[in-house]
Amino acid sequence: MLKGRSLIDPSDFNRDEFREIFDLAHEIIENPEKFNKSCEGKILATLFYEPSTRTRFSFEAAMLRLGGKFIGFSEPNSSSAAKGENLADTIRTIECYVDIAVIRHPKEGAPNVASQYVSIPLINAGDGGHQHPTQTLTDILTIERLRGDVENKTYGFCGDLKFGRTVHSLIKFLSNYEGVKFIMISPEELRMPEYIREIIKKKNIPFEEVEKMEPYMSDLDFLYMTRVQRERFFNEEDYIRLKDRFILDKDKMRYAKKDTYILHPLPRVNEISLEVDNDPRAQYFAQAKNGMYVRMALIMKLLGIK
Amino acid sequence: MLEITSIEKGIVIDHIPAGYGIQLFNYLRLDKAEYTVALINNAYSKKMGRKDIIKINNEIDIDYQFLGLINPDITVNIIDQGKIGKKVQLEVPTTVTNIIKCKNPRCITSIENYFDQVFHLVDKEKRSYRCEFCDDIVVPFPR
Repeated sequence: MLKGRSLIDPSDFNRDEFREIFDLAHEIIENPEKFNKSCEGKILATLFYEPSTRTRFSFEAAMLRLGGKFIGFSEPNSSSAAKGENLADTIRTIECYVDIAVIRHPKEGAPNVASQYVSIPLINAGDGGHQHPTQTLTDILTIERLRGDVENKTYGFCGDLKFGRTVHSLIKFLSNYEGVKFIMISPEELRMPEYIREIIKKKNIPFEEVEKMEPYMSDLDFLYMTRVQRERFFNEEDYIRLKDRFILDKDKMRYAKKDTYILHPLPRVNEISLEVDNDPRAQYFAQAKNGMYVRMALIMKLLGIK
Repeated sequence: MLEITSIEKGIVIDHIPAGYGIQLFNYLRLDKAEYTVALINNAYSKKMGRKDIIKINNEIDIDYQFLGLINPDITVNIIDQGKIGKKVQLEVPTTVTNIIKCKNPRCITSIENYFDQVFHLVDKEKRSYRCEFCDDIVVPFPR
């Protein structure tokens, strides 16, 4: 039963509960009009303490397509946070006005703290370099639509695996499925955090941490590219040194199998050349569209509408 | 040879890893005690080489969670009428609340602190803990 629950971390729901969300998302994709009054009279709050395009717009579009409404802010200076109000007070106030809320925050664990002070469903839309569980919903829905299911596949993760919250959430989710294998491609400084490594080790999932992309391209079913995020660095020099370390271009795509799909949570900077966009294996814009559908399904489930 | 007299009624915390005695002494606020307390640093130990000992000539409430966090091999003897009345068996705590602080500058606890700071045990052998909020892993009291 997902009604009234919050999604802060991929471990909050079990496999069956995620299955309910994906099944509904597939149903919405097949016939979106059927759901255009599902959330009539409901209000969603979008509390974005950090910039966002896809996540915020897709949540807002999702609510509008369900016949609901939304209120919120897209940067903290337009909220009482600018006056020094703490997160708990802000969320307790917002709770008085809405049925469900989405929060993005630059500090890791902020949605977890906020969830302790409200009884409405709360959704983590990204907290610093930590977790981004609804991007995982997007990624998994895309994987399912391309390859049927997530099991028995090799996943490559490339770029910033240290601060890449989408990677952390996706690995946490995939770690619950059989036959998965991970190839982690990153500079040594941007390797995945220890807690993610501990999860993978505990579940005995085969993984390799490497610094070159080409030799592993032919092993992959999915290559998940990520941006080296300027906003996560305290030191600009480190960012400049590391930002263009991995660039996926047409030449590197020659090493990949004909059914190796390229995913990226977006926004992309230089890590995927524009020339790759026309390759049918490039699926990152399909991912962005799936994001809206799966968020529609999530909102409905947490509100107990279906 | 330095001699510390035995106590009639109170607590002896023994086998504290050398160097941690003063932290424990301060954590238990024994510097404010109005009864007799003794902190012995670098005492000889057959098992540990060097160890710290705290003797408290009073019955006080001890936070065993903190002691287990420092080292579960610390021994706590409750003294009554000059004799050991009870030995307390310590454990490595699975959850630690409001004892250690997260040092990750990206963690929400670095800017807001009106809620409990919780850590969960990751590895009993290494005695490593994970921050409830940012998942950063720390070893608060390295061996």
